[in-house]
Amino acid sequence: MLRGVFLLLLCQLCGEALSRSLSLPAPGPVIGLALLAAGLVLWAPREDVDQTDVGKAANALLASLSLLFVPAGVGVVQYFDLLARYGLALAVALIASTVLTLLATVGVFLWVKRRAAA
Amino acid sequence: MNWQLWVYLQTTPLFWLTATIGAFLVADRLSLAARRHPLANPVLISVVLVALLLWLSGTPYKTYFDGAQFVHFLLGPATVALGVPLYKNFALVRQNLLPMAAALLAGALVAIVSSVALAGWLGAPREALVSLAPKSVTAGVAMAVSEKLGGLPPLTAVLVILTGVIGAVIVTPLMNALGIRDFAARGFAAGLASHGIGTARAFTVDPVAGVFAGVAMGLNAVVTPAMVPLILPWLIR
Repeated sequence: MLRGVFLLLLCQLCGEALSRSLSLPAPGPVIGLALLAAGLVLWAPREDVDQTDVGKAANALLASLSLLFVPAGVGVVQYFDLLARYGLALAVALIASTVLTLLATVGVFLWVKRRAAA
Repeated sequence: MNWQLWVYLQTTPLFWLTATIGAFLVADRLSLAARRHPLANPVLISVVLVALLLWLSGTPYKTYFDGAQFVHFLLGPATVALGVPLYKNFALVRQNLLPMAAALLAGALVAIVSSVALAGWLGAPREALVSLAPKSVTAGVAMAVSEKLGGLPPLTAVLVILTGVIGAVIVTPLMNALGIRDFAARGFAAGLASHGIGTARAFTVDPVAGVFAGVAMGLNAVVTPAMVPLILPWLIR
């Protein structure tokens, strides 16, 4: 388990270093994600990846993924007045735009998939 | 309880770290009892519980965050951890490269244009519009984009979190109403529109949806920062 946590942190650290030094557009953790996936493909563990150290550590973290957003979420309270100042316009825009984004993304995904299959 | 003891405890990181995890356990119970109904979103419930506690005890957010930062820190490693389910479903992801690329560009474009155009039409001022543009991307990246273009990073953080919660609440009923059963497509949309909070929701609905949500979140963290500076001049005069 400790080895798994170390590997996750190491991937993030390398991602952070690459992102900064090469001024990549992707943030450190996202590059770390790509590094971990690429590492697993190259290493190709023989057993089920869930049984490896890194697999156990990753699954333990992902099982409580929602929890990790709570501290930032509570931060919203701090800016209620800021939000109230811009008020309704932002609320309406957020809800409508999120619905439109979901529709556009899923629509284009399915449309291209169907065309590619045909 | 001894008043002085309480006064002491509520200023310690230990108290607020414990309270954060405790509030989440309660919220998760409620969410399970509601059979994972989208409105009973565990992030939303926990935030309300903790915010209520902060308000009742008159605790400033900074004191709270001294404790909660230990949980917050894990967001980075958890993002890296998405590499494991990605690896497990690598074949499925590879089969869907083309739909993913097209949906990524379309979704990112619609997220930016629709939010900025709507809020602008409803009379929101310039700095609010700039702060709104990167709202579908994970918080750290969105704040950097907002700052670079003259927005208000704290406002952006709030809008990002709200977008996450809105997407996580809406995505399941919306997709069910449309009769969409392709969990790769559903998950991809959830992660693209509402980043990590949408991804967390996707994982509770279906493991494949979770994987595609994580991939969409990662890809959008690259595409939106590139797209916003190109599009914004056309939307804001």
